[in-house]
Amino acid sequence: MKICCLVKEVPDAAVQKRLDPATKRLDRSGEKTLNQFDTHGIEAAMQIREGGAVEVDEIVAVTMGPDSAQRALHKAVALGADRSVHLSDDALAGSDVCATGYALAKVLESESPDLVLLGQQSDDGECYTIGAVVADHLKMPSLTQVIEMDVAGEKLRCERQAEYGYDTVEIQLPAVISVGDAINEPRYPSLKAIMGAKKKPLDSKATGDVGIESDKVGEAGSQTQVLAINPPPEKQAGEVFEDEDTNETVEKIVAWLDERKLI
Amino acid sequence: MADILVYALHDDEGNFNKNSLGAISEAAKLASETGGAASAVVVGDVSDDAAAALGKYGATKVYRAKACPEGLAQPIVDVMAKVITDNGIGYALFGGGLLGFEIGAGLTARLGAGVTMEVTAVKAADGKLVAERPVLQDSAIVDVGYVSEPGIIIGRLNAFDVAESGAGTAEVEDVEVELSEWSTKATMVTRGEARGEDVNIEDADILVGGGRGLGEKDNFKLAEDLAGSLGGAVAATRAVVDAGWYPYSTQIGQTGKTVAPKLYLAVGISGAIQHKVGMQSSENILAINKDQNAPIFEFCDLGVVGDLHKIMPKLTEAIKAKKGG
Amino acid sequence: MGVAPGQFPPPFDPGAHVGSPTDPEDERLEAGIVIVGGGPAGLACANRVMQLLEGEPELTERLGEIPVAVLEKGKVCGAHNLSGANMVPSAMEKLFPDLDPGEWPVYQQVEKDAVYLLTKSRAIPLKPPPPNFRNHGNYVTSIAKLSRFLAERAEEAGAYLLTETVADKLLIEDRIVRGVRSGDKGRGKDGGQLGNFEPGSDLMAKATVLAEGTLGHLTDCAVDYYDLAGDAKRWEIGVKEVWEVPKPLDRVIHTMNWPLRKSSKYNEFGGSFIYPMGEDKLCIGIVAGLDTTDATFSCHDLLQQLKTHPFIRDLLDGGKRVGWGAKTIPSGGYWSMPRKLAVPGMVMCGDNVSMVNVPYLKGIHLAMHAGMYAAEAIVESLKADPESVDFSAYEAKVRGSEIEKDLYRSRNVRQYGDKGFVAFGAIANAWLLSGGALPPGHKESEPDAEVPVHLGPAADDYPEPDNELTFDKLGSVFLSGNATRDDAPNHVRIQTHVPREVAQTWVSMCPAQVYEIPEDQLDNGAAEVDVHVTASNCVQCGAINAKGGRLTMPEGGDGPLYQEV
Repeated sequence: MKICCLVKEVPDAAVQKRLDPATKRLDRSGEKTLNQFDTHGIEAAMQIREGGAVEVDEIVAVTMGPDSAQRALHKAVALGADRSVHLSDDALAGSDVCATGYALAKVLESESPDLVLLGQQSDDGECYTIGAVVADHLKMPSLTQVIEMDVAGEKLRCERQAEYGYDTVEIQLPAVISVGDAINEPRYPSLKAIMGAKKKPLDSKATGDVGIESDKVGEAGSQTQVLAINPPPEKQAGEVFEDEDTNETVEKIVAWLDERKLI
Repeated sequence: MADILVYALHDDEGNFNKNSLGAISEAAKLASETGGAASAVVVGDVSDDAAAALGKYGATKVYRAKACPEGLAQPIVDVMAKVITDNGIGYALFGGGLLGFEIGAGLTARLGAGVTMEVTAVKAADGKLVAERPVLQDSAIVDVGYVSEPGIIIGRLNAFDVAESGAGTAEVEDVEVELSEWSTKATMVTRGEARGEDVNIEDADILVGGGRGLGEKDNFKLAEDLAGSLGGAVAATRAVVDAGWYPYSTQIGQTGKTVAPKLYLAVGISGAIQHKVGMQSSENILAINKDQNAPIFEFCDLGVVGDLHKIMPKLTEAIKAKKGG
Repeated sequence: MGVAPGQFPPPFDPGAHVGSPTDPEDERLEAGIVIVGGGPAGLACANRVMQLLEGEPELTERLGEIPVAVLEKGKVCGAHNLSGANMVPSAMEKLFPDLDPGEWPVYQQVEKDAVYLLTKSRAIPLKPPPPNFRNHGNYVTSIAKLSRFLAERAEEAGAYLLTETVADKLLIEDRIVRGVRSGDKGRGKDGGQLGNFEPGSDLMAKATVLAEGTLGHLTDCAVDYYDLAGDAKRWEIGVKEVWEVPKPLDRVIHTMNWPLRKSSKYNEFGGSFIYPMGEDKLCIGIVAGLDTTDATFSCHDLLQQLKTHPFIRDLLDGGKRVGWGAKTIPSGGYWSMPRKLAVPGMVMCGDNVSMVNVPYLKGIHLAMHAGMYAAEAIVESLKADPESVDFSAYEAKVRGSEIEKDLYRSRNVRQYGDKGFVAFGAIANAWLLSGGALPPGHKESEPDAEVPVHLGPAADDYPEPDNELTFDKLGSVFLSGNATRDDAPNHVRIQTHVPREVAQTWVSMCPAQVYEIPEDQLDNGAAEVDVHVTASNCVQCGAINAKGGRLTMPEGGDGPLYQEV
């Protein structure tokens, strides 16, 4: 079985984020880190390999991003991926979800994976969509927010918490699975793995290498555009009062709740 | 002028999901502003009456794909893609919830469309729709426009209110859809299994958050009773989880969960930023704390400076009475 | 009367962090030169080694697959670095002679200096500024930025930067340093192993450089092992904020006196600094000794109080706080350096061996120069004999250099800080006028923890945070980028049941609210109280090391993520 793990470099959660007023997109300068949710994807791949139910020939980390994204690949490899693929091209800059999903699907196509794993969301605001976009392009079945996954032959048995409770779904390989953070506890990379990460093969690919049509990616290929950035609506300063007569206080609270249709 | 198609999710008993109904209501409102029509799509075994009743919320037409199974996204992508393409629909709108994301994302790929997620509001301008979504931990709102049609809009949980605006019943049209080869590769084994344990506080409409001001572990009973009366769940701050008063799965904040319920009732919580970032997007924040200088009073909607041990039991009783009566 | 925190030493054994490797030989990792610490000293060393190795293909090969490895406990190099700072350019000029200062990670060159004596309502300029506060020709920089810059270059040159990696143990065999052991990951709050526990590894090296900075974990254990201690180490604590301001600041400012108290009873030595950071930002901070006597003294709150002064308020007018951090500065100076700076297999450079000239507030260039000397000495020695462990040439280089001269000149100043503001002023004058010859002799340093503390009125003057100009500790910790997991292992070693004065000292001293006296014991009048530790708040400033506790190494990657402090 060949597993591809999609990983993404995102601004570190601890860094105060800001929007670049010029491009109206997330200012991605400053510290970046491997998207924490993607580490769960890599861990899931490692657990399949170590579980022994199926033989895993290769775990490949795949990312789309500028040069700095290689750091995310090094981390992914330190966590256990055998090699990595870096899709990088100026033409890809400014891609929205539609364009990004298409581009990732093309690079994954060139790898022909049996299973694609990724984190269900990332700290930079994107959530629950890339997996499904990629899967449709690849013509593979897909599931998101998976918190439990078992491999049995050519099938996966997955669990996820949907609108009405827990769904158990059987899905045939090849498939694209987006995992939630409850699925596993990612391991820490050993120092040996960290030191050896740069030596593992890293293939850089440009759009032409994997058949990406440039009019479908980048700013030009994006189907959404940010029109404006506004501060959040002014929250009316709330009323604060002292509890002098508890019965009255409680009446007041209940009236307030009622007014807002909360009871 | 743009027509809007809304996916209406239902459970195995045929009850429609609240967020879907909210989305239909929203679509109806927007459609009237763009000069288009709002319609809904349902899959599976939905009765004529049930489908037509969606007209109450403003859907003029309901497309029904009986042969398509409910609960998994990809077959529904096939259905909606066909309906959208055949009928020149401008936007697909989804209420909050997992399936909305999966279907919306699939349509993005299928139709080469733009998608915005976690949308909190939608507005109409010149016959087109603009989606608003918060970014950067809700510290800014971006307006997102669509370069082409169709556009996909995926709402945040509870973003759209349910409103019965419609004239009455909607026209039901059955559609036959050939499912893609890969859409049949996932099969539902068990759907919607309820599991007793940890309530998922991220989905709760109402949360009672307990902090150090409760005084001791046993006093969490006050929070539980209050939450019970409101039909909500209990959450906790890092400090009390640290002290072992409540489980980590209920921790809200920088190193815990982020929630945006309709009501967050903070009791004995100071409101330090590590906690604030986890609940600041709550629609309504009510705080009870004995310290008038507690930071929480700076960002709550209603604040009571007082002894929670006195207030909470009485409040619980009063709410029960109000609801019962 | 007061109680000295030093009477309640922490449960800590330096011997536990020095010893033989743990892993079987074939599992040990290897690098050529291992540098512990990714700050200015360590990275100057790494850069210099790689520069020297360019002309030494044979030596490079002998150093193996990984010729230079830098271990840094922060998420990235610079994440745990904090300083004023006005940097003397000599080290950058020496390390990158072909680089134009326009490309240095600095904000500007210092044009104007000003020193003010503050009273509660006035700011009296001292003209001319005393010589130790003259910074003309120096560059305002942020060492968080500087480290990132140096790290990028070191990596480009081929050094391996192992971030989120702590060096927990010094590997010594036959009294020769052979490398370090990295810290474990995946331990819980009480030290137990969690599901994803990953033990550290032994990393063997031909040469080890300790550039750990003010925390000096392995350095102190090594000094203990080899019995090299000089005078007692002591520290100042600095708390600093970065502000976006509409009015650019046109001068480097230092202030004295208010809000520190003059009386020798309180022993409050220090001052504030306000430096421009380009056109739209400035930084403001207070540095204060950790030998203060009032148990309620809190440097963070003192900084908040400072900002309420009309002169300062005006500088910050219309501005917004965008950064905060805290760190200790080693202030023992010349006499606190260990008796030897090199032992077989290992050398030590920078703050960890007190290479800071506190009266002049200079240490960055000293650290970098020391790092470069270390690089040169090690390469020279290994070139002549690849099995050599004799790097004593490093010591000779340091002692014959500007580092020695600089530190010697200020060797007897700080120790007189306990004489009170006025008397100290006189001594400082004598020092400056005599060019460092005075005060004479060898004035011994007392450890900060030996100073008795008592509950005083310092806290009465601290303002209530208003979240616009003044801020509380927890919100500030958030701004430092600290998002350490709640069940991180507790790395703080203190006795947890101590006299109230000692407990209060820790509570107030700590800028990150790590220590707390349980609420029910605050007003119960008991002479002894418990101390609760919230280790995940810790920004690893090191203050507790000065005051009767001990910061052991946390998990790699924990702590703050300073951007530009």
